[in-house]
Formats: sequence, C-alpha cells, structure tokens
Amino acid sequence: MNIHEYQAKQIFAKYGVPTPKGIMVESVPAAVKAAEELGGPVWVVKAQIHAGGRGLGGGVKLAKSIEEVRTLSEEILGMTLVTHQTDAAGKLVQKLYIEDGADIKAEYYLSVVLDRKLEMPSIVASTEGGMNIEDVAENTPEKIIKVPVDPAIGFQSFHGRELAFGLGITDKTEQKNIISFASKLFKLYMENDAEMIEINPLVRTGSGEFLALDGKMGFDNSALGRHPDIEAMRDLSEEDADEVEAAKYGLSYVALDGEIGCMVNGAGLAMGTMDTINHMGGTPANFLDVGGSANAETVAKGFEIILRNPNVKAIFVNIFGGIVRCDRIANGIIEATKITDVNVPVIVRLDGTNAPEASEILKKANISNLIVGDDLADGAAKAVAAAKGN
Amino acid sequence: MSILVNKDTKVIVQGFTGKEGSFHAEQCLAYGTKIVGGVTPNKGGQTHLGKPVFNTVADAVKTTGATVSMIFVPPAFVGDAVMEAAEAGIELAVIITEGAPVKDMQMAKAHATKHGMKTLGPNCPGIITAEECKIGIMPGMIFKKGNVGLISKSGTLTYEGANQVCKEGFGISTAVGIGGDPIIGLSYLQLLPMFEADPETECIVLIGEIGGDLEIQAAAYIKDHVTKPVVAFIAGQTAPKGKTMGHAGAIVSGSAGTAAEKMAALEAAGATVVVSPAEIGQAVTKAMAKK
Repeated sequence: MNIHEYQAKQIFAKYGVPTPKGIMVESVPAAVKAAEELGGPVWVVKAQIHAGGRGLGGGVKLAKSIEEVRTLSEEILGMTLVTHQTDAAGKLVQKLYIEDGADIKAEYYLSVVLDRKLEMPSIVASTEGGMNIEDVAENTPEKIIKVPVDPAIGFQSFHGRELAFGLGITDKTEQKNIISFASKLFKLYMENDAEMIEINPLVRTGSGEFLALDGKMGFDNSALGRHPDIEAMRDLSEEDADEVEAAKYGLSYVALDGEIGCMVNGAGLAMGTMDTINHMGGTPANFLDVGGSANAETVAKGFEIILRNPNVKAIFVNIFGGIVRCDRIANGIIEATKITDVNVPVIVRLDGTNAPEASEILKKANISNLIVGDDLADGAAKAVAAAKGN
Repeated sequence: MSILVNKDTKVIVQGFTGKEGSFHAEQCLAYGTKIVGGVTPNKGGQTHLGKPVFNTVADAVKTTGATVSMIFVPPAFVGDAVMEAAEAGIELAVIITEGAPVKDMQMAKAHATKHGMKTLGPNCPGIITAEECKIGIMPGMIFKKGNVGLISKSGTLTYEGANQVCKEGFGISTAVGIGGDPIIGLSYLQLLPMFEADPETECIVLIGEIGGDLEIQAAAYIKDHVTKPVVAFIAGQTAPKGKTMGHAGAIVSGSAGTAAEKMAALEAAGATVVVSPAEIGQAVTKAMAKK
C-alpha cells in the first residue's frame, strides 16, 4: 500500500525526521489560507498523487506570493497529471500540499528498501539528488552507496558514518545531522513495516540541517493488520477500482491491454497462461488469480470484472486444481452465466482435483458459447482462435 | 533416493488442530507421510487425527523425534512459529502459510540459519518425494515416482509441470515449491546441488518468475556445477513493470527482475528454456533422450 507525500511527512514528523512545514488542502481558498498560515516568503504548491515524477509533469511549482499560490493552486488542482510512473491516462489531482520553501544548499537522494539478496533493509543514498535514481544507477552506478542494516542489531553509528563519508559530508555538525536523520528514518521504516521509503530530494540547508523535501512510502500489505493507523491512510481513489473490488473477493486482478480475459488459479500459472497466449499470437486482457478459496460467487465476480473491459473478445479459464476443486469452478462458471451476460466465447480447461466431476457438470449445463480445452496448450490455442473470430 | 524428505521422515504440524492444518495433515497422512504429532498451545495431551498434540515444539521433538515441521499457523504468528521450531532442534520447517509479514520472515530466517534449521517457503505448496512423503498442500495423485527433480516458485506451475512430465511417461523424484515471497528459505542455489548429487534425479525442471534475482544466481550455479539437463520456464514475460503479480515477490522493479533477463541467463548457462509452461513436458522428453 502506498501513501501520499503529506501522509509520509506526518509519519516523519512523529519520529522527528525534519521536513519543511506544510498543510494538505483540497480547495483553492484552503490553499491560500494555508499559505498565509505558513507565512512564506516562498511556498511550494505540490500535487498529491501516488506517483513519482510530479515535478516534471508540472505538478510541483514554486510560488513567491500569496497571489501566486492562488493561481498555481487553481492550475494544479483538478488537472490530470501524466508522469513516467502513471499510465497514459494520468491521475486526477484532488489534493495539494502547500509547503514552506527551503533554503537549499545541496540535494541528495536517500531511501530505505528491502535488499532481497541480503535479506535485510538497505539504506541507499546518492549525491545526485532530484534525479531519477534508476537513471543514476544505470549511468553512474559509482554515485550510489548502499548501507545494509541487519534488523537484529538495528541502525548503529558506523552505519551512519558509512553513509556520511559515502556522501562526502565532512563537516562534523552536518555529519551528526545526517546520522541522526538516517537513524530516525530507519527506526520508522522498521516500526511501521514499511516496504520502502524514498526521499528525493533530501536537502542540506544553509545552516547544515537535512530536510526531507519529498517523501514517498510504501508498506508491506501483509503487515497492515498490525498498523490500523497506517491502513487508515489508504486512499482508494488512487487505486484501480477493479483491482480493489477484486481483492474484496479474494481475487488478485491486474488489467492489461489485450483481448483475452484470463481466469486462473495461482499467480505463477496465471502469468504462465498470459505468456502462453502471447506466444500463440494472442494478447492477454488481464492477470487474474482466483486464489485458493475460489467458489461460485468469486468466480462469478471474476467474470463480471473481466467482462467490464470492452476489449475482451474471449475468456480463457485455466484451472489446475490442487486445493481448488474443479467442480466448484464449474459451478461458478454456470452461476456466472446466470448472473452476467457472458457474450464472448469461454474456453475452459480444468485439470487436477475433481476434474472429471467438473467436466460432467459443464456438459450437463449445456452452455452455448463454452468450449472445452484439453490442456494448457489446447485451451490457449482455442482462446486465441476464438478471440480472432475463428 | 530423493532430496530432503523420504518415507522415513518424521513430521510434526504446527497449527495442527486448525482448519487448514487439520485438512492438509489428514491428506498427508493418507498419502503415507509419517506425521507423528502436532503442536497447538493449550491443547497438549489431546489426540488429533489419531496423533498426539503438544503444547510446544520442544515437547513434540523430545517425544516423537520429529525432524521436519509443516507450518500452518496464521500469517501474524509465522515468524514466532519458525523461531520456536529452530530452537527446538527441527531440521527443516516447511512454511505453507501465505501473507506472513516480510519483516517477520527476515528475523525468522536469520534465526533459523543461526540454529542450523533449513526453511522452505513461506507461501509455498511444500515438498513431495513421489509416492513416499508429501509435506504440503499439493494434489498427491499427480506425482508419479520417477527421475525428474522439480523446483518452482509457484504452486500451480509445480502441478502443471509435474503433470506434463508424468504424462510424457516420466516421473518425479522430489518436487519442491520454494514460494513467491520477497524473502524465502531454500531456493534454487541450495536445491540444485542436492538434485545434482541425488542419484535418482536425472533431469531438473526449474520454474521461476519475474522479480528478484534468484534465477540469475541459479543460472550461474548451473553453468559451473550442474551436469544434469535443466529445463526452465520463467513466468511473467507479459507482466507489466512495477505491478505486483499475485505473489508479493513477483514484481519487475525498473529494468531488474525481468523474465527476459532471467531466460537469457539460463539459456547461456546451458538450460533448455521454454517460452510457455505448456512446453515443459516435451522439453523434458527431449532432454532425457539426449542423455
């Protein structure tokens, strides 16, 4: 789960991680009021969406007067922001963060992420602040430093020194400040089960302080149950509505831009099914894992969500029953044809637990646009042919 | 022969009396797995599925001599269960539970390693030595005894792969589901040498997916150390960047962890890489014919 910049900064503040002062607003008059309260003389008007690259997309602008705060807020609020991290349709800006301008002497990059190879969190930093870190890693990898921190011992001073020297920070006060900053950041990463924290840029001010000018946080979905305060920060309007609805039914759904709807059990087989369709000259319209507890209701819901996509020309149901019983899926398909108008060919391949029973159930139901696939290859081939109108 | 588990392996179940634990323990018993008891706090002294229940893993190990634990406890308690097993002297913990917090797994795995305990999973279908011992949730009837070893991040692709191998007239020595989480226990790098050393295994099927670099590490190992033919498939060639595909660990970050990069590395290491899981069976047949 991801949160907005203003929410990340609320968490930063709770842990004493310095940030510029700011106020989240949802209207132009509130933006003006916030600017007056902050006092100026310089403000930054920032679009709050769950995507990076907001500055380049025109969603972050500097204001030198209250009047300018008003004009920029009018401009940014309600705009659809397209960045390298959004899709082509972009994201509607519904919230702004009005922030004090900072006295910037230097910009850095700082993040905490899980290093999957080392199986522990790693602090990643660079002197190339404000840049796209993936480009820095690609073009000048020597400018990226990584300091892994074993959670069993926590953040120690030596980690901080590695970071400070790595960033070429030689002033003793500045060293003390960056070490304190990183130590607090690591603590909040661990205590909140964060998946990643990214600050780009982290800035050094004229007085040698370090400030989080930006803040991006993502959390481990599996741990949200023990962080109700974090879960309350979830902004559903930033997420794909179909994915959110699917999740309510235990379905894992991701929309794609092809023509063949997929309903599969297991994430690996679901990806493998998409790959097979693609390999046979078709295009998958979605990823959908019905999960281990699939029943008639969830299968019917899956059909409903898949069919909302107007590009779908055929549906391939590919189930290898282990825990999932094929007869339940078969009943789900019949149920779905009663509730939803399934107006495209449905290719069904059911194998594994209770597959013969399932086959009987489908035969008896005698559904007109249902085609049986004998195995994965046969089912995928029939789905590709059906989508092409053959 | 086989790897890690066989007909003599003594297994306990943590989360024995719960709904999932009961259902699958019963299936494992029916398959022939030597389940010697289980652990559910405050139910020690009872009997469940005809086997003794213990309050702690230490009690269970002391009384039964179990060396493997199959873990079904709810996600929030997985870390605790793994650490308890490690301190009780369990040699291998098979963690079936899906949705364990990543932080808990970092701690638990580090603790397990410190105590010399191997872990498998979490979020995995388990491990099966065909017709001898099933520790997990896979449909046992697919796995006919034979000479193909299988390692997979995905449960259903394990079934798909094993089914094709058996339909081609071959069988499985041991199949291991390693799980699709960001932090997992035993992986390709530890399992490949075991299969290479196992006289019963003549061919290895490796099933991976997008995200992380375990398959790249596997490729490097295969190149230098594996003499047996390897058939590989990487799921997620058509997955979009930056999206988690069902498994928490299945995500392409930037240009890292793509299927293309993993397929190229495995190909370069001498593995037969198939573009669709539908081709695993035929590729195994070809690999076995060449031997």
